[in-house]
Amino acid sequence: MSRTLLTGNGAAAWGARLAQIEYLPAFPITPQTEIIETISAWIDRGDMACRMVTMDSEHSMITAAGAAAATGVRTFTATSSQGLLYGMEMLYAVAGWRVPLVLVNVSRALAAPVTLEPDHNDVLAARDSGFLQIHCATCQEVVDTMLLAYRLSEDKRVRLPVIVNLDGYYLSFTREPVELPTLDIASRFLPAPTIRTDQIQASQPTSQGIAVLGGSQYSYFRYEQHLAALASLSVYEELGREYGELTGRFYSALELYQSEDADTVFVMIGSFATKAKEAVDRLREIDLKVGLVRLCLVRPFPAAELAAALAGKKGVAVIDQNLSMGQGGILFHELTSVLYNRPDRPRVITSYVGGLGGRDISLEDFRGIAEETAQAAKNGHAPPPRLLYTAAELTQMRGLQEIAKTQKNSRGHTL
Amino acid sequence: MYRIRMHGRGGQGMKTASRILGTAFFLEGFEVQDAPRYGAERRGAPMFAYVRADRKTIYERGIIVHPDLVVVSDDSLIAMATAGVLTGLTAETPLLICSNREASFYHERYDLKCQVIVFRLPPTTSSRSPRSSSCAGAAAALLGMISPHNLNQAVAQELHTLPSNLLKENQQAARTVFDKLQDFKGIVQRRAKMEIGRPQWLDLPLEVASIAAPIIHAPASSLQMNTGVWRTLRPTIDLEECIACGQCNTYCPDGAISLNTEGKPTIDYDHCKGCLICLAQCPAQAITAQPEQEEVS
Repeated sequence: MSRTLLTGNGAAAWGARLAQIEYLPAFPITPQTEIIETISAWIDRGDMACRMVTMDSEHSMITAAGAAAATGVRTFTATSSQGLLYGMEMLYAVAGWRVPLVLVNVSRALAAPVTLEPDHNDVLAARDSGFLQIHCATCQEVVDTMLLAYRLSEDKRVRLPVIVNLDGYYLSFTREPVELPTLDIASRFLPAPTIRTDQIQASQPTSQGIAVLGGSQYSYFRYEQHLAALASLSVYEELGREYGELTGRFYSALELYQSEDADTVFVMIGSFATKAKEAVDRLREIDLKVGLVRLCLVRPFPAAELAAALAGKKGVAVIDQNLSMGQGGILFHELTSVLYNRPDRPRVITSYVGGLGGRDISLEDFRGIAEETAQAAKNGHAPPPRLLYTAAELTQMRGLQEIAKTQKNSRGHTL
Repeated sequence: MYRIRMHGRGGQGMKTASRILGTAFFLEGFEVQDAPRYGAERRGAPMFAYVRADRKTIYERGIIVHPDLVVVSDDSLIAMATAGVLTGLTAETPLLICSNREASFYHERYDLKCQVIVFRLPPTTSSRSPRSSSCAGAAAALLGMISPHNLNQAVAQELHTLPSNLLKENQQAARTVFDKLQDFKGIVQRRAKMEIGRPQWLDLPLEVASIAAPIIHAPASSLQMNTGVWRTLRPTIDLEECIACGQCNTYCPDGAISLNTEGKPTIDYDHCKGCLICLAQCPAQAITAQPEQEEVS
């Protein structure tokens, strides 16, 4: 195995190649397009035996992907942002079909206003769809997670589609050293696709996605889907260990960094969590005893693992790169709900929303979060959720509003 | 950690330059991160790319605010505030400029406290200048720990799709610039860790929708956007040769060419992006193009 410099998009393409995908329905959207361009060049050169079809929308693309997966063909597709939302109806349908499929989402914030840079509102909009969700923090994780995702998705105990998420720009266009597994190692972990006898085959017709009325039967199928999603957690842990034994890189539902002896713990997902690691190292130098817990799995939600990792902590700060309007950070609410009934829950849990549309979360922000949370733990009550924004940012916005001829007399008016 | 920011215009090859430099570092055994940042995603518009290199795993991500070295492929970007060339520069940050001018010109013009180093693009036989390789070679010289062998390898890896004669020319250009700047070998200083301040957060007030919705409340506000600065080639119309056919006005995709009552055109250089469609369309061949350079006032 040799290390090479790859972008997150390049790593996703390599993951698909090492998984020996057979079918690729595609529709372009920035910042994901490079994945499909890379694979299409390989197919063109004869490096991959895969059928690629360009579709007329993400809705058709996800339909085609699910249908192909139902016939037992190893299928891959990728999208971002508006594309994921445009195909949303079919995410629920394909998950309900209980077919294996891996879809890469390259996170990009949603319109309006329009932007190209990342946050997690796109992928978290799919959190109730039945797709499992694995969030990557490095380009290395992207290639490894692709192989894990196929094994997880194809496992009989699970048989659910998986979204592998990587952040636009911060991973998609950023090159980092990546150790590519050899095809031999990759196929020892994830064998080349074979015809699966439990899927649709010629001359053995089945009907999928059937209609059921009356609620009870519907409930059975939906509950089973949920139970499979819950069960996928221990399957993922099992696979993460197996992959580690082959490659030396172990994967788990959570990544813990300096959290064991920490008083204050940051909880995050995605590539900004590596910025939190930098912050942890730097803040420990000025005697702030902080750590990081990163969720690699968002669906299934690693509730017991989180509770164990955060048990007895003085303060936990959840940093959400998403915003549910009228509620707040999604991760914060998911985390507090699983900790509420635990007697050993952290003393305070604080909520911060930042990194929307690619806004930086600076070392200063991390320091402010750590100090505010430590203070809250000391006096026993958490401050209201904070939307990370500085005076300098508002000044810049005022300048832009002037150019946009926003009413001057109403400036700063608070209702 | 080394933090290098490379500024250029879309199409000048600064993403490639950052990749050559990143690969050269990687071949030297460094952990590396390199990435481009585009603004308008248009040829000629300002963009930058950045490289981080360290002996240990790199956790930092995103834009480099405090660079150890800034490389500029096009000196007309320095005056452009939106390009952000001088952002985070201190007296200890060398500014490396691809230019035919003397370093003293930039010191005087921009009142710079930092060291300015200029280098020229080596002459080429082809029409495609080896700008990215030269910028990477120049940066490698100043950094001091990249060997000529690994620089050469990095150019070969990143430009492997070029025909062999062009690749060779790029390798030679990188080496020529690298050799010429050996007097400055190793002048790039890794910045000491900066103290982490406290954030100046504020509680954002609720504002009425007429303020808080993303709306531009005026027509033609794009006139305020001086897209003419994206131009690398300036079209000039010889009105003696002009036959007042109006083709340039018709074909200009930006509506930047107006006609007077006699049908003679004028170019609005604040909004002409230098696409040269007018030049291609002019039946009288009355339009010529000259490279843009920063104007000396």
